[in-house]
Amino acid sequence: MLEIKNLRATVDGKEILKGLDLSIKAGEVHAIMGPNGSGKSTLSYLLTGRDGYEAVDGEVLYKGRDLLSLAPEERAGEGVFLAFQYPVEIPGVPNTTFLKEAVNSVRRYRGEEELDAMQFVKMLRQKTKELGFSDELLKRQVNVGYSGGEKKRNEALQMAVLNPALAILDETDSGLDIDALRVVAESVNQLRSPDNALLVITHYQRLLNYIVPDHVHVLAHGRIARSGGKELALELEQNGYAGYLGTAA
Amino acid sequence: MVATVETVEQVRAVADDRYKYGFVTDIETETAPMGLNEDIVRFISAKKNEPEWLLERRLKAYQRWLDMPEPQWAKVEFPPINYQDTYYYSAPKSKEDGPKSLDEVDPKLLETYEKLGIPLREQEMLAGVAVDAVFDSVSVATTFKKNLEEVGVIFCSISEAVQNHPELVKKYLGSVVPFGDNKHACLNAAVFTDGSFVYIPKGVRCPMELSTYFRINAQNTGQFERTLIIADEGSYVSYLEGCTAPMRDENQLHAAVVELVALDDAEIKYSTVQNWYPGDENGVGGIYNFVTKRGACRGRNSKISWTQVETGSAITWKYPSCILQGDNSVGEFYSIAITNNCQQADTGTKMIHLGKNTRSRIIAKGISAGRSQSTYRGLVHMSARANGARNFTQCDSLLIGDQCGAHTVPYIESKNRGAQVEHEATTSRISEDQLFYCRQRGIGEEDAVALVVNGFCREVLQQLPMEFAVEAQKLVGISLEGSVG
Repeated sequence: MLEIKNLRATVDGKEILKGLDLSIKAGEVHAIMGPNGSGKSTLSYLLTGRDGYEAVDGEVLYKGRDLLSLAPEERAGEGVFLAFQYPVEIPGVPNTTFLKEAVNSVRRYRGEEELDAMQFVKMLRQKTKELGFSDELLKRQVNVGYSGGEKKRNEALQMAVLNPALAILDETDSGLDIDALRVVAESVNQLRSPDNALLVITHYQRLLNYIVPDHVHVLAHGRIARSGGKELALELEQNGYAGYLGTAA
Repeated sequence: MVATVETVEQVRAVADDRYKYGFVTDIETETAPMGLNEDIVRFISAKKNEPEWLLERRLKAYQRWLDMPEPQWAKVEFPPINYQDTYYYSAPKSKEDGPKSLDEVDPKLLETYEKLGIPLREQEMLAGVAVDAVFDSVSVATTFKKNLEEVGVIFCSISEAVQNHPELVKKYLGSVVPFGDNKHACLNAAVFTDGSFVYIPKGVRCPMELSTYFRINAQNTGQFERTLIIADEGSYVSYLEGCTAPMRDENQLHAAVVELVALDDAEIKYSTVQNWYPGDENGVGGIYNFVTKRGACRGRNSKISWTQVETGSAITWKYPSCILQGDNSVGEFYSIAITNNCQQADTGTKMIHLGKNTRSRIIAKGISAGRSQSTYRGLVHMSARANGARNFTQCDSLLIGDQCGAHTVPYIESKNRGAQVEHEATTSRISEDQLFYCRQRGIGEEDAVALVVNGFCREVLQQLPMEFAVEAQKLVGISLEGSVG
């Protein structure tokens, strides 16, 4: 589904990713772990097309297409979703309005018919029920005045509603207590299917107790320093990243 | 020559479909000679078969206007206006004898209003909205008149009111905005052509929304409408005006005056969606919208609420204000001013607190994009006898891009120690984070801007009557097209 080959990327002119390779197949869950400043967030923004993040070498193929040539909204239309580390507040815009706009934009992109208000509300009710979220979350303005846990839960809801083929979770565990973490992780797990892939970016191992990965990669100094199975995460938890910090190029 | 002009217009309509109201109706008109002098004032008055007292008032205003300086306080720039370059009277010819019913209205006019989304045929209309349609200098149709008459509501063109209700017109016309108030209002007092008149009798809650739709069609024509609304004791009315004009290369002057009078326990809610042609991307053409709007809360416990969505015009110069005379009276001003490309807006309000325990609330949202300049200018005045008076003001500015400007100029004058005045203001730039967040969810960049801006304006949009809030939301998006990327 996703093929990253020898990716080099800069942020504001500074090289952050230095030849990264990664291959993700449909149905797989990959975790990327790494110390602060290793390029984890850069990778997530680069894959979703944020301004200022620029690939200078290498390629990213998504379902066989050159992902980096697409605008952010086109990538979303193609099924790429980013759960933000810091979800953004949009004052005055009700959550429902935002979600409806998003769903219908994606449908338009795909040449599908837009949902009318009734159809949309019905679908939304269904999703919130499945995830065990209250409707109250829908009436509020996008992320305004939410607790850390509510923000992340809102990201999970958006993900459920948009049902992406490739979901990237950027430090979803940051700012969450253990109960909130479990709730969010459960809702993410509901999305796992043979057709979807997950890329979980995290600093700590504890999220991976709930979202169990098929593959774990250590990102250090802008490239994958080591790959392994889920046991690699436990090893990192015990030994820390110290062993990877010395390998600076 | 005419064919060339038409072709140019057509090409432009295709090239620039952002302003979808830019078409011209080809209709025979009767026009006064170009320019302004005493004879023109007499011509207009004679056309309208006006009584002597009104002609005298017009002539007095004209004399005063000649010596009056242009208002200088606004932060807008434009070359001096050549007042002799404009037609001051233009009317569709078929109007000569005045249509008695919609069946007698020129079908081309009905078509025009249908194109604008304002079908005048009553059966096709939004349920519960009565419309007065003003085309260039005259009112061409007023709908639902009969239904309104049954409850005693008078809703007609001001020309008709002069003929049929002279005592009301004489008593209230110019009583809120005196003719010498400012040069633009003074010009209006001399040459006003049409506009709407509303009288709500004692204790009547007007059973439907009233609305006036202003359309400038003819070339080189100014529109000088005059609106007068009187809400008698214990009555209520909600009134909405909308405006559009064809795309033309020259600037057209629109100098309107609106006067509202609320007596004891009466309430007037006045909403405007102003979408005059704003000019093109380079600032060529567009309407000069120089408007004086003022309401007098004369009675105890009366209330006047202004809501405006200003998206059009090359230059907007308007300050819908409230004179809070009656004790416990309430004034409100909710405003959205959007400027894009080369537009300039200088708008705000004046809340003059005279009575005891008077209250006012000002919520102003300014959005600037392109190379435009937007200024909020407001005055809150607490007089010495306004014991217990209170004001709350909030001005928020949103900038899109790095070549536009937003300015906030609040004046506060308090002569009463017990009066409370609160002012809050913010200026922010539309955030990259917000736009990226929306786009990551699949929402295109322009839709994302519209969404964020609509959120920013929510408090004001909520004040609009339901049917128009949806239109206004769309208009917000359309006005900002091309402002990013």
